Amino acid sequence: MRDDRLSQRILIDRTLKGLLVGVALIVALVLMSIIWFVASRGIGAINWTFLTSLQGSPGASNVGIVNAILGTVMVAGLTTLVVIPFGIWCGIAMAEYPHHPLIRWAMMGIDALQSIPSILFGILAYLWIVVPMGHFSSLSGSVALAFIMLPMVVRSVEESVKQVPLTLREASLALGVSPTRTIMKVVIPCGLNGIVTGALLGLGRIVGETAPLLFTAFGSPFLVASVLEPVQTMPLLIYNYATSPYPDWQQMGWGASFILLVFCFILGLTTRFLVRK
Amino acid sequence: MHHNRWFKFGLLMGPFVLMVLVVCMVVTLGWAAWPSVAEVGLGFYVTDVWDPVHDVYGGAVFIWGSLLTTGLAILLAAPVSFAIALFTGYYFCNGVLALVAQWVLDLLASVPSVIFGFWGLMVLVPMIRLMETHLGVPPYGVGLFSAAMVLAFMMMPLMASLLRDIMLTVPADLKEGALALGATSFEVVKHVVWPHTLPGMVSAIMLGVGRAIGETMAVTMVIGNANHWPTHLFDPSNTIASLIASDFGETSDPLVISHLIHLGLVLLLLSLVTGFLGRRLVRMTRA
Repeated sequence: MRDDRLSQRILIDRTLKGLLVGVALIVALVLMSIIWFVASRGIGAINWTFLTSLQGSPGASNVGIVNAILGTVMVAGLTTLVVIPFGIWCGIAMAEYPHHPLIRWAMMGIDALQSIPSILFGILAYLWIVVPMGHFSSLSGSVALAFIMLPMVVRSVEESVKQVPLTLREASLALGVSPTRTIMKVVIPCGLNGIVTGALLGLGRIVGETAPLLFTAFGSPFLVASVLEPVQTMPLLIYNYATSPYPDWQQMGWGASFILLVFCFILGLTTRFLVRK
Repeated sequence: MHHNRWFKFGLLMGPFVLMVLVVCMVVTLGWAAWPSVAEVGLGFYVTDVWDPVHDVYGGAVFIWGSLLTTGLAILLAAPVSFAIALFTGYYFCNGVLALVAQWVLDLLASVPSVIFGFWGLMVLVPMIRLMETHLGVPPYGVGLFSAAMVLAFMMMPLMASLLRDIMLTVPADLKEGALALGATSFEVVKHVVWPHTLPGMVSAIMLGVGRAIGETMAVTMVIGNANHWPTHLFDPSNTIASLIASDFGETSDPLVISHLIHLGLVLLLLSLVTGFLGRRLVRMTRA
């Protein structure tokens, strides 16, 4: 009788463990298939002309994606330039005065920014910049992306500044250094790792964002030098090609997806490396 | 001393500007949605027609569409995420296998949503179309179920990582104690790990919902963008975010734009509530 119960328990244990391993493996396989599809279909599309030519007009051969690559660099670059200093500013303030009533409210603001769906930032940038200016622009795209990147940078800076050992600050203060200089010369350099991590995490997030750019950056088949003109970006190009009915356009979409994915993975790996350090 | 006070003041200006920005956002959206609220009022939430030809606009289909796809995606993703978390956080928590699994999860969490959508459209949709032909429903391929599947796959890495982190904090004493008393691994999961993870499960679901409900690109590519009630699981439908993505740039009628922003405001409310609850719960369970 007792042996029966024991073997039953062991049976249940083994079955569930097997089931679990099975489920985990199947899901892992399905998820890996995303990487596999993008890689196997994308690599074939990539060659020198693909990387260095402009998008052709419909009907003609749609040759390259260089306008999207440079457009993404431009939009994401401007976003990063604005967000990093402001993010560091806010992050340090939040880490230094965590009990200040203003900071408590700002924390809720950060939580809100993290919860708001990215497409709503697109609407906001549209209402704030596209409507007054009267046309789409890469500037409005950068503004939309900035709201997505900002909370990630702020949180990461805040956490890394909080982890700077108290003894370091106290040593600096004991030497008679003013709190201001302590923050600037001791706390920020020590938290630098976290600041870079936050920037990379945020960058990895925004280079793949499509929804907020639909009616801000909008897309353009040309090389654009001004932030006041509409611009093509990688995710927008992938979306257009993915939903197009032509197989050769879809093929180009896979190629662009592959490049974007590799970039995101490199950012992700760098972040992991930095975190471990 | 004077100098330091100014520094503190300057430093606090940053978060202040940030807060002002967030308030401005809500005010802007409310302002832009006002013409719609004034025009249709509460009727907007019960009207299930979106007909630009006859100028009838209602939001019910999209609000329910968002809730339905998200709910369905959670139903699919939650058990599987728990299984993956058990795999990496309990059964194989030390060793190469768990390290590789965690590495893959982190990579997948960084895949842009437009690529998930592309993959869904090219790989998942044909598979679901095949399934639909066997089931005898109209084989659109795109629809509610496809959207929920893609969303579920997008949520899994995030939820599984969260749950794993919580599982790793289960005290080793408890697990070893139960094992020493003769419990099988499954019984340890059932009586020790599961109760410990339950609060985390709630917060993981909340954060998953927050992410899924506002997800735009992947959904808009596979849901079929049909502005009517879904009659069955595989029917094409639409969500708030997906409707905004497909219609916002297409229309020049200010009232339609206002209607879309009205829907956006509903989406904002839904995601703020779930996002706040989720993040609060995560912080509570970590503390």
